[in-house]
Amino acid sequence: MSHIEPTPAAAGQDGNLLTVTGLSKAFGENVVLKSIDLSIRPGQVTALIGPSGSGKTTVLRCLNGLETPDGGIVSVAGGPTVDFGGKVRAKDLSDLRDQSAMVFQHYNLFPHMTVLENVIEGPIQVKKMRRADAIRDAESLLARVGLADKKDQYPFELSGGQQQRVGIVRALALKPALLLFDEPTSALDPELVGEVLGVIKELADEQWTMMIVTHELAFAREVADEVVFMDGGVVVECGHPDTVLRNPRQERTQRFVQRLLHPF
Amino acid sequence: MRLSRNRLASGAARVYVSIIRGTPLLVQLFVIFYGLPSIGLVIDPWPSAIIAFSLNVAGYAAEIIRAAILSVPKGQWEAGHTIGMSRTRTLRRIILPQAARVSVPPLSNTFISLVKDTSLASLILVTEMFRQAQEIAAFSQQFMMLYLEAALVYWVFCFVLSSGQSYLEKRLDRYVAH
Repeated sequence: MSHIEPTPAAAGQDGNLLTVTGLSKAFGENVVLKSIDLSIRPGQVTALIGPSGSGKTTVLRCLNGLETPDGGIVSVAGGPTVDFGGKVRAKDLSDLRDQSAMVFQHYNLFPHMTVLENVIEGPIQVKKMRRADAIRDAESLLARVGLADKKDQYPFELSGGQQQRVGIVRALALKPALLLFDEPTSALDPELVGEVLGVIKELADEQWTMMIVTHELAFAREVADEVVFMDGGVVVECGHPDTVLRNPRQERTQRFVQRLLHPF
Repeated sequence: MRLSRNRLASGAARVYVSIIRGTPLLVQLFVIFYGLPSIGLVIDPWPSAIIAFSLNVAGYAAEIIRAAILSVPKGQWEAGHTIGMSRTRTLRRIILPQAARVSVPPLSNTFISLVKDTSLASLILVTEMFRQAQEIAAFSQQFMMLYLEAALVYWVFCFVLSSGQSYLEKRLDRYVAH
């Protein structure tokens, strides 16, 4: 499995893989992120939690270049440092984008391609890998998540859980320094959530660096090294999962955690 | 072009499509063949017909393709982006193959109409099939038979086109749940 090991991520002088300072974003009048500071060390798993509209998904989308922040500095060790407060060069933006890969809530697989074609598209088209190598890697990754026998099927023939595992493999195949998960299990039937979380947990054990937006608090407590609670576009509280999820200091965090643990 | 971020390009495309779709094909033919000579541009019947039909079909096809591209969910653009593709590459590899499936039925309709509309070229002195039928009929007085024959030939052409359409639809539907 050596080739699916995470690329040994460079750590900056501060020991961080990624440092975000003062990230801000507004959609028209609606201010979604008000100066967010975050950092993540290589091999660390960060869970972003918070009520809907708190801006956690927007953070991920900014890191992957799906949204352009209005301000803030994003710095990746061994990669670019982009200051969104000034003029941003397209080259820096695409370099930043290439550091991470996103796993989407609704999988967003390419419906006109088979499972295998979905996975090798990026490596062949973008990374210019040789087709044979890309296929070999893809097959081994698919086997790893238990989908070796599905490689020639189209996405519509798979269950949601299977599609999301393909989504994860498609991201892994790019060997990004940072994996971003945007509510990876929110669109799944409850009985399919486990198979996807299982895969993510194994990736955590393999020391992939991951940022996960999730509502699965039990999963966050088990897998994450750090939990970040966001509300209203700011980081309200962050720290060790046991602290943030069991003994939150902030009242807003307490209320949120209580609501998720006891919905009614 | 109407999808372009460039306002000039998208504006020009909008005006073009609006003119083509908002005026009869016969009028477009007449403007090119009978109208342009008065501003010093004389074009022979055949080229006139080819220009008019091309401009006309382009206008309709552009609208169909635009709608088809817009019908592909935004998440597909984002997935292309996240695996490192540029907009152009995403359009070519991810969006257009999916848009193709949606656009086959309306595009086929447009081409079938085009086949039938070629009969209008007889009115700008192009000796296409229908005009030939007219000339032979005038000579032989066999109006019913010759016009029915012409109709049959149009129908055969259109039938072949529809068969091609069904084939394409089946092929492109292979990745969609039924």
